[in-house]
Amino acid sequence: MSGAVSSLNRRALRATDATTEPLWVRILLTAIALSFLALFLVIPLIAVFTEAFSRGADVYWAAITEPDAWHAIKLTLLAAAISVPLNVVFGLSAAWAITKFHFRGKQALITLIDLPFAVSPVVAGLIYVLLFGAQSWLGPWLSDNNIKIIFAVPGIVLATVFVTFPFIARELIPLMEEQGTSYEEASLTLGASGWQTFWRVTLPSIKWGLLYGIILCNARAMGEFGAVSVVSGHIRGQTNTLPLHIEILYNEYQFAAAFAAASLLAGLALITLVVKSLLEWHHVREREKAVRAASQQA
Amino acid sequence: MLLKNLKKTLLILSLGFTAATQAQDVKLLNVSYDPTRELYVEFNKAFAEHWQKTEKQKVTISQSHGGSGKQARAVIDGLEADVVTLALAYDVDALYQEAKLIPEDWLSKLPNNSAPYTSTIVFLVRSGNPKKIKDWDDLVKPGVEVITPNPKTSGGARWNYLAAWAYAKQTQGSDEAAKEFVTKLFKNVPVLDSGARGSTTTFVQRGIGDVFLSWENEAFLALNELGKDKFEIVVPSLSILAEPSVAVVDKNVEKHGTRKVAEAYLKFLYTKTGQDIAGKNYYRPRDAEVAAKYADVFPEINLVTIDEAFGGWSKAQAEHFNDGGVFDQIYKPGAR
Repeated sequence: MSGAVSSLNRRALRATDATTEPLWVRILLTAIALSFLALFLVIPLIAVFTEAFSRGADVYWAAITEPDAWHAIKLTLLAAAISVPLNVVFGLSAAWAITKFHFRGKQALITLIDLPFAVSPVVAGLIYVLLFGAQSWLGPWLSDNNIKIIFAVPGIVLATVFVTFPFIARELIPLMEEQGTSYEEASLTLGASGWQTFWRVTLPSIKWGLLYGIILCNARAMGEFGAVSVVSGHIRGQTNTLPLHIEILYNEYQFAAAFAAASLLAGLALITLVVKSLLEWHHVREREKAVRAASQQA
Repeated sequence: MLLKNLKKTLLILSLGFTAATQAQDVKLLNVSYDPTRELYVEFNKAFAEHWQKTEKQKVTISQSHGGSGKQARAVIDGLEADVVTLALAYDVDALYQEAKLIPEDWLSKLPNNSAPYTSTIVFLVRSGNPKKIKDWDDLVKPGVEVITPNPKTSGGARWNYLAAWAYAKQTQGSDEAAKEFVTKLFKNVPVLDSGARGSTTTFVQRGIGDVFLSWENEAFLALNELGKDKFEIVVPSLSILAEPSVAVVDKNVEKHGTRKVAEAYLKFLYTKTGQDIAGKNYYRPRDAEVAAKYADVFPEINLVTIDEAFGGWSKAQAEHFNDGGVFDQIYKPGAR
C-alpha cells in the first residue's frame, strides 16, 4: 500500500519535472511575450491617448465636437448600423445552408465567403467604382435617375458590407459544423416546422458565436479605411468616415485633433473588446452552471 | 429579399441626398488638390459672406482634397464636383478628354489661362542646411536624399520634375543632358509618395531626406506650422511657373442648377479679396497691386513657363509622364 503511494508520488513528481522548464527559460519566455505586447500594443495605445490630450481636454473636446468630426462619427456609426444587420442575415443563412444541408457547389460558396478576406480592400473599393462609376455601363442610367452610389453614403455602406462579409459566417460555420444536425433532426421528427426548428433549436445553441461574430464585424465596419477611402470622394462633412477624417486631420498638421479622433476610434474598439470579454465570461459561467447542474442530477 | 431591402435602403439614402441638394440654400462642391486646404477654408468663408450680401442666398461649399491626378479621376468616375481647382491644366483637361464634362476651350473661359494664382517649386531643407544645398546641381550629388511625390499621381511632382529638366536643359543645352540629370536626381529619391501632402509628412514628420522639392506655399506652410527653427527655404536659380487651373464642371452644374453660383465662385478668386486670400496663403497673386503687397514674401525667381520650355502640357505629359514616357525609362523602382 505504502509502496504504491510513494511510487505514485514519484510519478507525479516526475510528471511535474517533465512539464516544467528551468526558471530562467520561464522568465525569459514570459518577458519576451510581455515586452512584445507592451511594445506593439500597449505603448502605441497609450501614445495615442497621451497625444490626444497633449493640448488639454478643451482641444480634445473641440476636436470631437467639431461639425465635420461629428458628421464623420455619425456616418461611421450609420455604416456599421446598416452593414452589421445585413451581414447577420447573410452570415446566418449562409452558415445554416452550409452546415445543415448538402448541396452542389458548397465548397465554392465557402470559398466565395472568404473572398473579401483574401482581396485587398483597395480592390474591393475599385470594384464598386467600376460597377457604379460614371464611366461604367450602369453610370449613365444612375446619373439620369439621380441615384448616387459611389462618392456618397450608399457606396460607403456597400464597401463596408463587402469587407465585413465573412466575419459572421466564418464565426458560425465551424461552430454549427461541430454541433451537427442531430438536434435539428430530432426537432423535425417531433413535428416542428423548419422555422420553429431554427428559432427554438438552432439559434439558441449558436447565440454566443453569433454575438461574437457581430462584435468582430462591427469593429471592422467602424475601422475600415482602404475600401471606404476609394469610394468616399473625401467630401468633408458628407462622405468622410472617422478613419478618413483622422487621416485628413493628420495631413492638416492638426496632430492633437487627429489623435483625439483616433483615440475615439480606439475607444470604440476597446468598448467592443470589453463587451466581447464580458460575453465570453458570461458564456463560460453559464456553461459551468449547466455542467454543475448536470453532475448534480447525475 | 436581401437584395430588395438593400436596393430600397440605397434608394432611400440617395433620395435623401438629392432632396437635401434641392433646398433653398445652394451647395457647391469644390474638388481640389492637396495643398489648397488652408486656402479654401478661408476663401470659402469669404465667398459665402459675399454671396449672402449680394444675392441674399446662403451658399455652403464642401471641399474634397487629394492628389491632383487622383481627384480628376474621381470627378471622371462620378464625384459630382461643381468646380475643380486642380494643380495643373492637364488634370483639368482630363475632364474633357476622358468624359466630356467640360468644353474643349475651358482654358480660355477665365483670365490668365484659368489660373487665378500661381506658385513655383522651391527647396525645403533642414535647419542650417547641413548638406549645403544651394541649387539644382546639389541635388544630384551622391549622398543627398531628395524627397518628391510620384509624378505619375501628383501634380506638384510633375512640376518638380519639369523644373529640374528645364534647369538642366538651360545650363547644359541638350535634352540628353537633361535626361541624364533628372535620372541622377531620381536615383537620390528614397520614397515616392502619391501626393504632395504625403511627401511633406515624409520629410517633416518622419524625418526622411535632406531636401524636399515642394510647392512654394507648402514649404511656407510647413515652416509656419512646424517651426521656423527646424527648416529653411532655399530658392533655386531657376524654377517653373506653376499655374494651378480652375474650371466650372459644366455637366455637373447643369444637373445641380448651380451654374450661376459656381461661375461667381471662380470669378471671386480674381477679385482683390480673392487675390489677397491667395497671397496670405502663399500663392502668388496674379493681380499686380495685390502682388506688390506680398512682394517681400515671394523671392524673385527666374521662372520658365511650361509653354515655352515644353510646348504645353499635353506635349509634356505625353513625352514625360504617360506610360512608357521618359519618366518610366529613368525611374525603375528597386533598381537604384
